[in-house]
Amino acid sequence: MYRVGIDVGGTNTDAVVLEGKRVLAGVKASTTEDVTSGVLEALEKVIAASGIARDEIAAIMIGTTHFTNAVIERRHMDEVAAIRLGLPSGAGLPPMVDWPEDLRQIVGNHGYQVKGGFEFDGRILSPLDEDEILRIAGEIRAKGLNAAAVTCVFSGVNDAMEVRVKEMLEGECPGLRVVMSKDIGRHGLLARESAAIMNASLLSLADRTVAAFGEALKRAKIAAPFYITQNDGTLMAADVVRDYPVLTFASGPTNSMRGAAFLTGLKEAIVVDVGGTTSDVGALSMGFPRQASTTVDIGGVRTNFRMPDVFSIGLGGGSLVVETGDAVTIGPKSVGYRVSREALVFGGDVLTATDIAVASGRAEIGDRAGVAGLAPDLVARAVARMTEMFEDCVERSRVSSAPVPVIAVGGGSVLMPDRIGELEVIRPENFGVANAVGAAIAQISGETDRVFSLIDGRTRESALAEAEAEAREKAIAAGALADTLEVIEREDMPLAYLPGNATRIHVKVVGEMGTPNA
Amino acid sequence: MPETNVHFDTANLRTLTPGDLDALEIGAGILGCGGGGNPYQGKLLTLEAMKAGYQMTLLATDDIAPEARCMSVGGIGAPVVGTERIREGREGLRCLRAMEEYTGQPIDAVVCEEIGGANSMNPLVTAGLAGLPVLDCDGMGRAFPEMQMTTFSIYGHSSTPSVMCDLHGNVVVFQHAVSEVFHERMARACVVAQGGGAMLATAPMAASYVQRYAIPKSYTQALELGEAVIAARRNQDDPIEAVCKSQGGRRLFTGKITDLKRHLRGGFAVGEVSLGGFGANQGEAAEIAIQNEFLIFRREGRVEVTVPDLIVVLDVDTGYPITTEVLRYGQRVAVLALPAPALLRTPQALEVVGPQAFGYPEIVFDPLPAATVGAA
Repeated sequence: MYRVGIDVGGTNTDAVVLEGKRVLAGVKASTTEDVTSGVLEALEKVIAASGIARDEIAAIMIGTTHFTNAVIERRHMDEVAAIRLGLPSGAGLPPMVDWPEDLRQIVGNHGYQVKGGFEFDGRILSPLDEDEILRIAGEIRAKGLNAAAVTCVFSGVNDAMEVRVKEMLEGECPGLRVVMSKDIGRHGLLARESAAIMNASLLSLADRTVAAFGEALKRAKIAAPFYITQNDGTLMAADVVRDYPVLTFASGPTNSMRGAAFLTGLKEAIVVDVGGTTSDVGALSMGFPRQASTTVDIGGVRTNFRMPDVFSIGLGGGSLVVETGDAVTIGPKSVGYRVSREALVFGGDVLTATDIAVASGRAEIGDRAGVAGLAPDLVARAVARMTEMFEDCVERSRVSSAPVPVIAVGGGSVLMPDRIGELEVIRPENFGVANAVGAAIAQISGETDRVFSLIDGRTRESALAEAEAEAREKAIAAGALADTLEVIEREDMPLAYLPGNATRIHVKVVGEMGTPNA
Repeated sequence: MPETNVHFDTANLRTLTPGDLDALEIGAGILGCGGGGNPYQGKLLTLEAMKAGYQMTLLATDDIAPEARCMSVGGIGAPVVGTERIREGREGLRCLRAMEEYTGQPIDAVVCEEIGGANSMNPLVTAGLAGLPVLDCDGMGRAFPEMQMTTFSIYGHSSTPSVMCDLHGNVVVFQHAVSEVFHERMARACVVAQGGGAMLATAPMAASYVQRYAIPKSYTQALELGEAVIAARRNQDDPIEAVCKSQGGRRLFTGKITDLKRHLRGGFAVGEVSLGGFGANQGEAAEIAIQNEFLIFRREGRVEVTVPDLIVVLDVDTGYPITTEVLRYGQRVAVLALPAPALLRTPQALEVVGPQAFGYPEIVFDPLPAATVGAA
């Protein structure tokens, strides 16, 4: 049986076929407005190139930037009733308080604050005001809203009120989709609430997008189930994405780094993904991208998703090379994907980083004659500058002085030198479609992140065990094979400035996907 | 705000703008020395109050009459609880009103207990809602973990009677504590009952006392630090240099976090962070001891800077401060030292905020050289 990975980017839709650990074929197609035809084209091409039979495809894994782009471009977002349970806590900071004004208006600015919530140790902060929920339900009907997000203070400690309000709203407002914050984010009310609201606003787009993927598979006559990758490099069943589209945010860089790990078999390395305009650099640790520790900004909104710690520089295959006096500047301006028409080696009249790579003998692309007239001194200085830029960003991403290898992936990776300082550069086969490979090999995860009260005989150790059991349960429910699960993140942080005994624990486990039902 | 005030000339008030709050957020984070909590939510609360028409004003300590009554206010509790269970917003104002009622006398100005971290914003909201100014000073010049570590307490002011208000509406008055340490201990127990976070206002002080014993110009300093970072980022200059230049700081070390140990001791996050140098510090190793804040900086095992001098950890690229809670393996940081204000360096102060007070009896406070003290 085969696995097919598809990466639906802003410009290209890439596809690969994997048999076990072997990449049988990798292709590129253009992303289309309707999504379906681009995916269909990529699928047909990769099936043809690999020569596999359609009924031998076990599963299709799709990575997409569609939902991130919707928020960034403020498109396809619905209005949302944003309900917070926690008064009197947070009265001064209403839902969406730190959103950009335009985005707040796009989701309708329907913020509600209601009495409810829990304390860190599970005590009730305020009893839930059910009459107020009924009143809000009336407003939701009157306004004709189709989506709501419910966020309860310390829902990570106790989710009863979020569950209760969801049940009430669904009863009162037929057809209303209700998102509970506990399913979306982690500790930190404002960021979790913002993520839940964004998720609710993307539900109808998620339905349409998942339907478009399904339609492409149907037209390609593929009956295998399909999965979508999330920001941590693991999978959700397609139907789960209909409920949790925000969990796909930033899956692109994750997939390319995971793909790089797979293509090389390396678990500790620096990955440089060189595109047309930028290069993304990040570190692999235990085969997974190292996570960013700061809050992540999506379309101007603070969220607390775990995102890979990726650093971007304005250096890609299409970067403009400009000589000003003694200095040579490369990027950040770029001809982007038009490099295949506008670069000198392709008969164009723009000096790009790709031309320098060809002139210096690093790459053999297009027609060498196009760069025959370049001054050797200019080429040498431009090469030195590129090397310096790569060295800089690789150096920033290293986590120790141990000499880890550098993996070069992406269409523009011909720009990379063979060594970066003391580090060896490895160029895997199929480097151009690493993100589709990353999607194809994605695993299934389960995660717990909440505050545990160390009372009634619960110790730090037993709380950690409890958190791990919860995370394993979630992973198995999502389709993971129990005996393949391993813990990849485990952290506990005592709550400072309190003499009491409470600790915040974060545990993540990942495992192989169970054999999908044929 | 009344046009005339018997205690100060309203012409001397500096009204803060939303842009000032952005600078204050960064500057207060820097002065937090890794602790004090994140000022972000406090900034949002202050901004919302501004939008609702309240004015946040600063007044230099010299510009208020010596007999004016000043009350310091600050948050108490676990910052991690505060990011989930957000304050209601008027806790500080309720403290102020309760204090006026308990003492039978009005409060004329609000004082900041701790400029470092989240407590920089709390007095602004309290004073703004009450129509009072905040004095440009504070009780720590940085962040410290415990209440008795303010210069107000160190130089003899008794912090009781104090008032503690939570978001539920509970009002607790501590009529009298036999010592500042006792007060801290009781308040700490109370805040757990209140759900892990509350606002606490300490006994009013005469402005003459504040003029003598508060750390002067703390808000100005925090604003300048923040503005330096913002300007450096805008002009693509090195923000670390800008911070040092702004307040006479010294760049100690540039490196990556190579190890991180944390555990809990008596309600405080205690730990140690190890750094491996790069750039100018290539090949060197350093450690910082943590007790909510960064306390002791060692280079190659040798103590170089200690509390109460300020040890600040910034993101090497952005210049943004990094708190001890978000430290992570592999982060690239710059470590700076800023000289502690003179009021924290006296023998009397060092008994409370020197290395011994934090459990390092073997370390003697060796102040940063005077040459780097104070901005021009």
